[in-house]
Amino acid sequence: MYSEKVMDHFKNPRNMGEIENASGVGTVGNAKCGDIMRIFLDIDDDGIIKDVKFKTFGCGAAVATSSMATELVKGKNIQEALQVTNKAVMEALDGLPPVKVHCSLLAEEAIHAALWDYAEKKGIRIEGLEKPKNDISEEEEEEDY
Amino acid sequence: MGKMIYLDNAATTRTAPEVVDAMLPFFSEFYGNASTVYEFGGKSKEAISKAREIIARAIGAKENEIYFTAGGSESDNWALKATAEACKGKGNHIITSKIEHHAVLHTCQWLEQHGFEVTYLDVDEFGTVKLEELKKAIRPTTILISIMFANNEIGTIEPIEEIGKIAKEHGILFHTDAVQAFGQVPIDVDRMGIDMMSASGHKLNGPKGIGFLYIRKGVKIRSFIHGGAQERKRRAGTENVPGIVGLGKATELAIANMEERTARERELRDRLISRMLKEVPFTRVNGHRENRLPNNANFCFQFVEGESLLIMLDMKGICGSSGSACTSGSLDPSHVLLAIGLPHEIAHGSLRLTLGADTTEQDIDDTVDAVKEIVAQLREMSPLYEDYMKKA
Repeated sequence: MYSEKVMDHFKNPRNMGEIENASGVGTVGNAKCGDIMRIFLDIDDDGIIKDVKFKTFGCGAAVATSSMATELVKGKNIQEALQVTNKAVMEALDGLPPVKVHCSLLAEEAIHAALWDYAEKKGIRIEGLEKPKNDISEEEEEEDY
Repeated sequence: MGKMIYLDNAATTRTAPEVVDAMLPFFSEFYGNASTVYEFGGKSKEAISKAREIIARAIGAKENEIYFTAGGSESDNWALKATAEACKGKGNHIITSKIEHHAVLHTCQWLEQHGFEVTYLDVDEFGTVKLEELKKAIRPTTILISIMFANNEIGTIEPIEEIGKIAKEHGILFHTDAVQAFGQVPIDVDRMGIDMMSASGHKLNGPKGIGFLYIRKGVKIRSFIHGGAQERKRRAGTENVPGIVGLGKATELAIANMEERTARERELRDRLISRMLKEVPFTRVNGHRENRLPNNANFCFQFVEGESLLIMLDMKGICGSSGSACTSGSLDPSHVLLAIGLPHEIAHGSLRLTLGADTTEQDIDDTVDAVKEIVAQLREMSPLYEDYMKKA
């Protein structure tokens, strides 16, 4: 069902854990649909992502996309991190089954959410970054209808 | 990978060697068509009768009330669609439950698109159909009650005899999907007031692709598969002789050793449940504690997602199943777990382990040890667990 790369990242997730006093933390997803991703970013004064960690509640693909996404943004600057799309994550994992594509979208969203949090804390605006919509509380409100 | 521990016997079972031995001659040796006049075809006919006799005896039915099908799903489809068609002069209302197998639920949804009305009964927290609600749901137009004998996910056994009584009092046909129960618990169609019953071969160490529908004599139900005159003109198609022979043999074995086998499975199952509850924190057992299939255990591990758990168990050679969304191909977790009132995030962390005749105590202990380790690992990774621990 999964590619070898996906299985590798699922079995040996990179950068799993948390960062205390992180520069930015983003949580996206919804327990209702079974996937929640949290990304922690440590960004230095030059805007370089020095460290990144993740925690994920979800299926094999959700864990693997989180892991791969952290690898793709580590050491990058903010603009470069913004270019890490779900497509890039999927390609790096040698593809995902069609029903799991939403997991890669979640990974992209999680990075954006963490960057948004960083920008808010810093009181800055990041070019090209919009407020992530895939927030847990917002999602739940929508579900009520 | 070392030895495989197979704990998914509710999905399918290993075909017993005795069953395979019984089937083999009917492939290359006695391959004659049972509908022919020559003696060679008679061998097949004879074998079919023998299997039919064994099965009829197993459920207290008559031989001419057993109709072979391609399996549980066909039996369910036949029972529901053909009853609906045959009884539409009387009414258009069907009562079923929210926790049925999809072979019943999706058939009911199809019937709703074709002019029938369906009531989906709620169940209690253990997955038991509420009899009072069943009585209240009955209308003058109700033609059929279809309630499963035992649930495939959580193992809860329904009050079949009481439901049969209620159906009879109101002159309504009663069908039960007994795919999980047949061969696991004693069934008596007369005492239980069952008019139709679906069963499948591969759940009781028989072959796949064969099952039967019991239809009580006098029940007006039309043919579903049209064609030749096989199965008393009610189910066309050249008989799957090896399959039928295999189903007969599997039934014979399952009935003969039921008491001993299920007592053993129950003991191991209870060991599995009690160890899991004791040793894995934030764990719950789904389904009824007493009225449940002897081989079924179903757990929810909070803060953990089922598919991840299954993959990690598979890496240790352990086969189980889950009701998480990711294993169902949709975004919703199991309809059964939602029906017993579990919140989505808990339902996503379910694990079903179903024992078989070959399961050993060592298998159970190894599985608990593995689950313990994996759940702890996944919780380390889980933002839900992190949030919970920070709040606590």
